[in-house]
Amino acid sequence: MSQAANPAGNDGGTTRRDFLLYASAGLGAVGTALAVWPFLDSMNPAKDVMALAVIEVDLSPIAVGQAITVTWRGKPVFVRHRTQDEIDQARSVSMSALKDPQPDEERAPRPEWLVQIGICTHLGCIPKGQKPSDPKGDYNGWFCVCHGSHYDTSGRIRKGPAPTNMVVPQYAFLDDTTIQIGEE
Amino acid sequence: MSSTPNPVWSNRAIKWVDRRMPIFTLMYNELVVYPAPRNLNYWWNFGSLAGIALVILIFSGIFLAMYYVPHEDMAFASIERIMRDVNYGWLIRFIHMNTVSLFFLCVYIHIFRGMYYGSYKAPRELLWGIGVIIYLVMVGTAFLGYVLPWGQMSFWAATVITSLVTPIPWVGEDLAIWLWGGFGVNNATLQRFFSLHYLFPMVIFALVFLHLWALHTTKSNNPLGVEVKKKADTLPFHPYYTMKDAFGLGVALIALAFFVFFAPNYFNHAINYVQADPMVTPEHIVPEWYFLPFYAILRAVPDKLGGVVLMFLSIAIWLALPWLDTSKVRSGRFRPLFKWFFWLLVIDFCILTWLGAMPAEGAYVTMGQWATAYYFAHFILILPLLGWFEKTKPVPESISAAVTAGHDKEAAA
Repeated sequence: MSQAANPAGNDGGTTRRDFLLYASAGLGAVGTALAVWPFLDSMNPAKDVMALAVIEVDLSPIAVGQAITVTWRGKPVFVRHRTQDEIDQARSVSMSALKDPQPDEERAPRPEWLVQIGICTHLGCIPKGQKPSDPKGDYNGWFCVCHGSHYDTSGRIRKGPAPTNMVVPQYAFLDDTTIQIGEE
Repeated sequence: MSSTPNPVWSNRAIKWVDRRMPIFTLMYNELVVYPAPRNLNYWWNFGSLAGIALVILIFSGIFLAMYYVPHEDMAFASIERIMRDVNYGWLIRFIHMNTVSLFFLCVYIHIFRGMYYGSYKAPRELLWGIGVIIYLVMVGTAFLGYVLPWGQMSFWAATVITSLVTPIPWVGEDLAIWLWGGFGVNNATLQRFFSLHYLFPMVIFALVFLHLWALHTTKSNNPLGVEVKKKADTLPFHPYYTMKDAFGLGVALIALAFFVFFAPNYFNHAINYVQADPMVTPEHIVPEWYFLPFYAILRAVPDKLGGVVLMFLSIAIWLALPWLDTSKVRSGRFRPLFKWFFWLLVIDFCILTWLGAMPAEGAYVTMGQWATAYYFAHFILILPLLGWFEKTKPVPESISAAVTAGHDKEAAA
């Protein structure tokens, strides 16, 4: 076997046979990778799931100080009609005190309305703080009971393991009392 | 070392098969005359017990799958149907649920037994490593299975655990969406979890055979940590250890039956009998008891990525154990200092278990941090240093020497 049987044998150097071996193995590897991709991609969200989910929310029944939770793409969205106190608290914080610095003006272009995805950025629990009886944490906003993250009245992370503020989804005011959440 | 001659089969059917595929000879050599050290104590029962637990789980799981419906609208109700309407469905499900606890208990004892008696040391590093991988696949399988009843704890455990990938830089978010098949835990998640929960036990089963292959190549370690040197050091596996294992199995099955019949939900959480609600997170998300130490480590770190990394490292570090332990002496019996540190590690592990069930606030967090620090210190500081500083006791020259002439030596030790 081996060297002696190699007709192109030129004592151990690279041969055409080596080239053919590497080329076929390489092609086989690429082919296998291509064949695996459809299976991996099949686990991504299906087209019906990806179909744009856009919802409209009527803000008119939400009084000052009240909050509602709506469902968008299977996730809870917190819509809060903030009191002047809450707005002042959110806007008076210095950026250096924040773990994930972001001005409240950016998170709530219309200060009385705060719209955010109500999912703790730590490990995906839904923070408490929507109901008047809920614990609101040390910063009067939301408190995640799973692992103890405290959010302020702007939904920004202030204390605990969550790395970032609660996410503000893409939304737009259609008129003064209606918002549309989702793209377009 | 003894090597018994291959058996001569008198039954003609057995002889016919064995000539073409020597499966009977294999079983005879590995299960009947297999030379096991003569001094194995009851801590050596837990490997085979874990194997039997795996078989019970696979068997009961096959029957549950005949009635279970992996769909977000029907999963919860199908479990209730199994409990109320399917003949003996309640029994099969309670056996399946409680055997998981038996399985993990056996495996934890098996792992700590290996740590005390140095069963991971050369030439058993691969045997040990395959075992660690089996444990990792077990963790995955148990998690997947816990999601299937689609109760509140199922849903939120799935959310928290799949979210562990989100802090991975750049790809984390996309990876989570890929795992979910949606923007959060949803029906697609449940269906793939069912598919994988059926697959993984088969993978474990195959890995167990690799584990046994490595075991029967290097042979069993023993309480003295001295290699088998002559035939007098061993006993044939059958009947000596088949009997000893059978006795242990009897005790374990009585304990299992106690929980199945008298406290079937002892290890379960009441809130998991409330159907999954993606809009309400339960007050306290507590994993099953066998995950608590690692959950405590996850929560001890105030940084999201750091917590996840440390939790995985806390298990992965076992893979490096054969190289972290620098002591030449295998068994803890001859290591006067190691003995203490071993039991400190066991206590630390129990404290972590307890902390994992406590709320993540105040003193619990601080205690969790100290307990986590000690856990890692044991592996990366204490074990490597002990090998250099510890003055070990004399190791007997052979197993039989210790058994026969060693009574006074044992008494003096």
